[in-house]
Amino acid sequence: MLATFVLFATLPFWIKGVGLYPYLGVEVMIWIVYALGFNLLLGHAGLPSFGHGAYFGVGAYAFGLTQLHWGLGLGGGLLFAVLAGGIAGALVAAFISHRRGIYYALLTIAFGQIFWFVAVKWHSVTRGEDGLLNIKRGSVLGYPLEALESLYFFCFAVFVVVVLLLWRLVHSPFGRVLSAIRQNETRARFVGYNVWLYKWLAFTLSALIAGAAGGLLALAQQSAYPNVMSLHQSGFVVMMTLVGGGLVSFWGPVLGAVLFFLARDLLGAYTEAWLLWYGLLFMLIVLFKPEGLAGLLTDVRSRPSA
Amino acid sequence: MILEVRDIRSFYGETEVLFGVSLEVDAGEVVALLGPNGAGKTSTLRSILNLTEVKRGEIRFDGKNITRAATHTIARAGIAWVPDDRRIFPTLTVERNLSIAKKTTRFRAWSERECFELFSALEYLRQRECEDLSGGEMQMVAISRALVGAPGLVLLDEPSQGLAPKIVHDVLRTIGRLKSEGVAVLLVEQNPLAALSAADRVYVMDKGRIVHHGAARGLLENSAMRTRLLGV
Repeated sequence: MLATFVLFATLPFWIKGVGLYPYLGVEVMIWIVYALGFNLLLGHAGLPSFGHGAYFGVGAYAFGLTQLHWGLGLGGGLLFAVLAGGIAGALVAAFISHRRGIYYALLTIAFGQIFWFVAVKWHSVTRGEDGLLNIKRGSVLGYPLEALESLYFFCFAVFVVVVLLLWRLVHSPFGRVLSAIRQNETRARFVGYNVWLYKWLAFTLSALIAGAAGGLLALAQQSAYPNVMSLHQSGFVVMMTLVGGGLVSFWGPVLGAVLFFLARDLLGAYTEAWLLWYGLLFMLIVLFKPEGLAGLLTDVRSRPSA
Repeated sequence: MILEVRDIRSFYGETEVLFGVSLEVDAGEVVALLGPNGAGKTSTLRSILNLTEVKRGEIRFDGKNITRAATHTIARAGIAWVPDDRRIFPTLTVERNLSIAKKTTRFRAWSERECFELFSALEYLRQRECEDLSGGEMQMVAISRALVGAPGLVLLDEPSQGLAPKIVHDVLRTIGRLKSEGVAVLLVEQNPLAALSAADRVYVMDKGRIVHHGAARGLLENSAMRTRLLGV
């Protein structure tokens, strides 16, 4: 954990030296927050959500709309982003938490598509495919976030808080019950746990964190678009989590998000079809190393030296 | 009576598997539920826990109607289940399997220390992931998990299945200990002689119905009736 924090805390000072740019760090941290929250559901509770972009997008719209219509600043906007993501997630979770497996996954897609459709069609509020533009970044403690360094370290602070909270949550009795549910819902039930309630809580918390990440996204890109809510983009967070090894490690989504953006920028410099190559990598990992990069690293570390 | 099952009819989908089963278990009593494969013994236990759908009849535990109550509510009322295939959480350690099962009911919860006294082998395995345990060790974890959950009634489903004689002896000793502490046990067992020697009363099932009930000792000593009902 310390190594991760040090890496991201010092990133603005060395990233240009390796031919990349500091805003990439902002994007990566936002998606790490989103993916870690998503992994609470997929990796820790074993609940597949393929429409999670909905809550990411709801957070982004909540941040933008509360600023454009109510004049809320950074803190209020982010608070509403978190609340909106959480409320949307809580409502959806109430309808799907009695399901499991493929039915659960299909329902998450269906609800995700509803949110995406509303965002595209409810033009008077969301401005359709044009999205919300001219969102202001504001300032924190007198530091205007228009400056990239300030924006970076603000996102870093949120990133640290979310990582610490999630780490604590995953290693708490609540996290252990989620792990038990992932292994077998019936077992958790006859041991005395209200599985529906735990699944509802996991989904709501995950959507709440996705909302926070969405708020940060709107803040960083100063706009909110419906495309992050699409099924296509909801797949990104699934790929990041699985490729990184979220099923076996808390840090899997971190590795996955870093790899995804490096692939986008490095492969993308050579070919527009970078997603094709990334998709092939995803398929290879699912086929041959479902534990992902985290599993691969564990294997390398545990291999006896010659 | 701590458990009263009255005339229940249970179904797997459209298929009826229990045809009016009634039985009773008193506090501190060991009751054996015997019969051939497919007789409905495990379905009876699952019906008590609402894991199999009960469409008719009534189940009361500790004076409360628990028919069709949510499984976790039934567990929290004080009914613990030790399934025939153990069903512990394989990637959790022994210690975590026990800590996750702790709960408060109106009955006494056993401490981990007491469980380790009962099954001394577990103490040295507490940090071991359960998927690495032998069948006997898994059974010890499954029984200990039931005990730390403060049960008033333990449903033991074929506890001796696939175990070495020494472990079977430990399991039977545990049943005696539970009885002495006032915990009721409903015991489903493939080894009828072992079950009859541990039980106070017995119910024999066949094709989803109770076909005999009475004192366990009576059936143990009446070889003609035993052979007719149980084939041993």
